Parts: sequence; C-alpha cells; structure tokens
Amino acid sequence: MKHTLINQVKLEMDSRSVNEGFARAAVSAFAAQLDPTVEELTDIKTAVSEAVTNCIVHAYPDTRGKITLWVRVYGDGLVRILVKDRGCGIADIAKAREPLYSSLGEERAGLGFAVMESFMDKLSVRSRAGAGTSVTLEKRIKGRAQ
Amino acid sequence: MPVQLHYEKCRLTAFLSGEIDHHSAAALRGQIDQSMMKLHPPTLVLDFGEVSFMDSSAVGLVMGRYKQLCAYGGELEAVNLSPVAYRMMQLSGLQALARLKPKTPSELGAEKEKTYV
Ligand SMILES: Nc1ncnc2c1ncn2[C@@H]1O[C@H](COP(=O)(O)OP(=O)(O)O)[C@@H](O)[C@H]1O
Ligand SMILES: [Mg+2]
Repeated sequence: MKHTLINQVKLEMDSRSVNEGFARAAVSAFAAQLDPTVEELTDIKTAVSEAVTNCIVHAYPDTRGKITLWVRVYGDGLVRILVKDRGCGIADIAKAREPLYSSLGEERAGLGFAVMESFMDKLSVRSRAGAGTSVTLEKRIKGRAQ
Repeated sequence: MPVQLHYEKCRLTAFLSGEIDHHSAAALRGQIDQSMMKLHPPTLVLDFGEVSFMDSSAVGLVMGRYKQLCAYGGELEAVNLSPVAYRMMQLSGLQALARLKPKTPSELGAEKEKTYV
C-alpha cells in the first residue's frame, strides 16, 4: 500500500532527561493533526518516551549526545516516528528486545521495547555497535471519526 | 511535591501524581525510600490515582520498591491504576508479586469528562 506523505517535522535535542517530557509532548502535538483519540495519543506518547529515554540512559551513558526525532504523517492516517542516536549501539538486538531484559538492572524494568511493540503497530530497530541506533515506530490512527 | 506520603495502621501510602518517567522517577524514589527506611512498613501502597502519564520507568519504580520490601518480608500494593498503567504492570508480571488494583469504571467515567490537550 502506498502511503502519501502529508506533513513532517524533524527535531534535534541534547540527551538530557528533561527532554523526555518535551519529546513526547512535541510528537503528540504534531500527531494531533490526524485527529487521534486520547488513547491513541497516549500510546504514541508512551512509545516515544521509551525510545527517547533509551537514547539518554543507554546510548550515551556517560556523555551528552544528540537525539534526532523525525515524525511523518501520511494521508491514510499513518504516523511514522524515527528516533535516532549516534551512541554506543546495541550488539544483540534480539536479546535487547526480550521483555524484562535490561543491561542496567535495578531500577530499569527492561520493558521499553515490549511497551513500544505492544502500544504501536510496528517497531523496527537498526543498530551498529559503536555507531548508534535507529528505532522506527509506526501506528495507523483510526481517530475520532470511527 | 510529586509524592505525598501517609503512614497509618502499618500501611505506608505514597500518593503519586503527574507524569512518571525516567526523569521524574529519581525524585520519587528518593522520597519513598527515605520514608521506607525510617518506617519499614509492613505494607507499601503506591497510589497511581493522580498520575497523568507513565512509561516503563514507573514499572521500574514499582519493581525496585518490591525488591526492598522482599528483603524484610513487606508487601506491595499498586492501586488506582489506569487501564494503560495496568496493562504495563501486567507486561512485567507484577500481578504475581504485588496486589494490583485498577481504577473502578465510575472513576474512569469521571475522567473521560476531563478535557485533554
Ligand atoms: N538507544 C539505545 N542504545 C544502546 N542500547 C540500547 C538502546 N535502546 C535499548 N538499548 C539496550 O536494550 C536494552 C533493553 O531496552 P529496554 O527494553 O528499553 O529496557 P531498559 O531501558 O529498561 O533497560 C537496554 O537495557 C539496553 O541494553
Ligand atoms: Mg528502556
């Protein structure tokens, strides 16, 4: 199926934890043009919060780096969100995506990828150790019209 | 104040509010742990009634407190969970370790009346 791009926005931010709230609010405000339900917006905010937090906590553990957000909305109601870092990368993506797996233990639940997967329609992860990680989230907004 | 703590009849209740993410969880954790250290409550109740947003960092917060309670045989309850919060707690398997109580339908109905931005 062909998706027709109708609008897009790119944001770049520092990997500071205070930006977790900014990132999800910004994406949610942009996605609002598709007239989503409150539940759909909550799903998107939650998934974005997970992806951005991972950049801050895991990609740049002891340094400050850049996080890029690219949000695209399509004519058929699809919203596609790319969250990209140039941090440490993930050596074993399959293992990282397992529910309850965390390389940081203690206060991390290891549920970030599981939440992204269950709250969105599609999650794809591309990563190279030492080069960075790109997470793409997709959701088809059915919206208030239904 | 992101959390109000209340101790009565062997139960320490932490009334959480606002948005819980990795950024805000650190302060919540600090305040709850300080009280727990002083009181060693037999039961810790985490009340999510006024929480407007949470991601898996909130599940980490719950699991972290659970581990501390386990160390001395305390029990954990997470109450007034929104449907999303409940779903997330279940992803972690917490329902086997703690008592999870969702919001009642009437509480949810009242919430739907609120307007969201
Ligand atoms: N952007 C990233 N850069 C490097 N490692 C990552 C990134 N995102 C996730 N990871 C790795 O994947 C693991 C699982 O992530 P997640 O499911 O969000 O759980 P948590 O964040 O609680 O550890 C992390 O512990 C980390 O090792
Ligand atoms: Mg995570």
